[in-house]
Amino acid sequence: MQLMSLFPEWILTHGSASLVVVPLMLAVLTALNPSAKIAWATVLAVTALCVFTSLGLLLQVISHGPIHYNMGGWQPPLGIGYYVDSLNAPILLLISVVAFLCTIYALPSVAAEVEPKKKGPFYAAFLISFAGLLGMVITADAFNVFVFLEVSSISTYVLVGMGASRDRRALTSSFNYLIMGSIGATFFVIGIGFLYMQTGTLNMMDIARVLQDIGPNDRVVQLAFAFIVIGLGLKLAMFPLHMWLPGAYAYAPSFFTAFLAATATKAALYLLLRFTFTVFDPSWDFVATALMILLAGLGILGMLASSLQAIFQNDLRRVLAYSSVAQVGYMLLGIGMATTLGLTAGYLHMINHAMMKGALFIAAGAFWYRFGITQVSDMRGLGKTMPWTMAGFTTAGIALIGVPGTAGFVSKLTLVRAAAENGWWWAIGVIVVTSILAIIYIGRIIEQAYFHPVPEINGKPVARNEAPYTMLIPLWIMALASVAFGINAEWTTSLAEAAAHVLDAGPNTVIPGAHDVMPVVPTVTGGH
Amino acid sequence: MSGLFEHFNFAVVIILMMVGLYVVFASNNMIKKLVGLSVFQTSVFLLYISMGKVNGAQPPIIAEEDLHGASEGGHDVVAQGAHHAAEVLYSNPLPHVLILTAIVVGVATLAIGLALVVRIREVYGTIEEDEIDALDYEINLEGAAE
Repeated sequence: MQLMSLFPEWILTHGSASLVVVPLMLAVLTALNPSAKIAWATVLAVTALCVFTSLGLLLQVISHGPIHYNMGGWQPPLGIGYYVDSLNAPILLLISVVAFLCTIYALPSVAAEVEPKKKGPFYAAFLISFAGLLGMVITADAFNVFVFLEVSSISTYVLVGMGASRDRRALTSSFNYLIMGSIGATFFVIGIGFLYMQTGTLNMMDIARVLQDIGPNDRVVQLAFAFIVIGLGLKLAMFPLHMWLPGAYAYAPSFFTAFLAATATKAALYLLLRFTFTVFDPSWDFVATALMILLAGLGILGMLASSLQAIFQNDLRRVLAYSSVAQVGYMLLGIGMATTLGLTAGYLHMINHAMMKGALFIAAGAFWYRFGITQVSDMRGLGKTMPWTMAGFTTAGIALIGVPGTAGFVSKLTLVRAAAENGWWWAIGVIVVTSILAIIYIGRIIEQAYFHPVPEINGKPVARNEAPYTMLIPLWIMALASVAFGINAEWTTSLAEAAAHVLDAGPNTVIPGAHDVMPVVPTVTGGH
Repeated sequence: MSGLFEHFNFAVVIILMMVGLYVVFASNNMIKKLVGLSVFQTSVFLLYISMGKVNGAQPPIIAEEDLHGASEGGHDVVAQGAHHAAEVLYSNPLPHVLILTAIVVGVATLAIGLALVVRIREVYGTIEEDEIDALDYEINLEGAAE
């Protein structure tokens, strides 16, 4: 309660809107800015402000319950509403924090990887992508979700393509991502269209309310659900719709990879949670079947297949990218169980994985920054030449494996408990097997770095060349967070449990102040 | 068969959607892929616009004579319009507005896609996917070698 007094009044009243509007507005100024330093400082200030704002929103949600914000004062369901509750407030904070830490890291990283005259637009595209992700998470309007999804995706294609000055394969990866991402977003918008046909409204709570009257046996509603799940599945890299991910992660500028890996799939996962549990009804047959067979089943397949693929990659970032697909599998498995404990596990892993993967990708970028290393086989002796960076990488890597005392252990343990509660013993087997596979793919990298002699150039061993502080600080904040959330998991677990309770409550049909609004006339579908 | 004619616009939507998706997956040329993607997206525009149609309704534009009548008679224009709307059936304008946004999104996607194809042509000298794969094969192989 005392903490709340730290925040100015406007955050409590207009914080939700400013979270999206401020980055979007300043993106324009950043793009026009001739000085890369000023552009960077602007991004740093904006992300810091967003961290502050989203923290304020989270505390307000914890103390006073959900926040409803009506854009432009228009009452929902006619106007677009922003809605913050225990389900999306932590995700907002997560995206802002990761963006802030990555921006610190961007100063040296972008200087090395992006052409000087393109830096201003580069930072602007990053701000747009950041605003799009926040908008996707905060909005309560289904069509608005699509718009923000595309805002963040289109700027992501640009940013991935900017990696071309380092590796030309960035261009083809970006093109593939564009094709797959657009198909995914279009599938999503088809689903929204079918929902609108049946319910005549776009506000998520209003859709949920009308859907409760329509019931689960409507074919169009079922079709809408299928399109939405597949569309979001493409965005969140659900196995086997993940083909865009390894290329995009491997060849994008390292600063953006770290941000993308830690946040983009999480925002799409949040949307999947929001739609399956609070718009549709998880007790309906077709939703329950999809959760159980599609999400949990594909999650398990993804865990196994992608962990195996990660072992056979030699490009460091591809190893981490395939591992990301596998980790998304863990989250989907937890969500697919649809029990309170399973949802808590899935949500917890979203937070923990963001910290671990962010740290790993930041370190991977630092290896390239100092020595131009992208291959695992080139990492010999990095334990001696870049001891602090490698130690940060190792810490996050150990957390990813799930060694007791780290964040990865906490979320995997919760997942195992949830599986045991459901009697899914085979799932526990798969979790153990994939953890062993993680030991192999992370262990292989650590073994190269610590147990091989430092390579020699002209007869002399390579000198120690530590990454700059601007890289080490964000790296270590994330690495230490992934240990701290393991030693004291109370805070993260309480956030995840609060989110799981929101999901448990089922469809959210409450629209405050909407009872005096004229009901929307359902549309008649045409052409008869 | 009669069902097909009753839902003629939906039949068109489905055909366009499948044609678009097929072109995206089957063609090797990046420009053709983008064309397929655009056809696919356009089919969704048609889907949305068909759902705004209300049987026997007129376009959602308040008729001019009503506005004149309102101003001459000194009545409140908005109240007159609302009164009018209660009598006359209008089509639903919301899907059109949504699709305006979606068209903008589609144009932006296409522009970025074409810009990428230009860059790919500059770097690789081709826009055929199999040729690009062949050009990258050696780099990929080098990366995979221990």
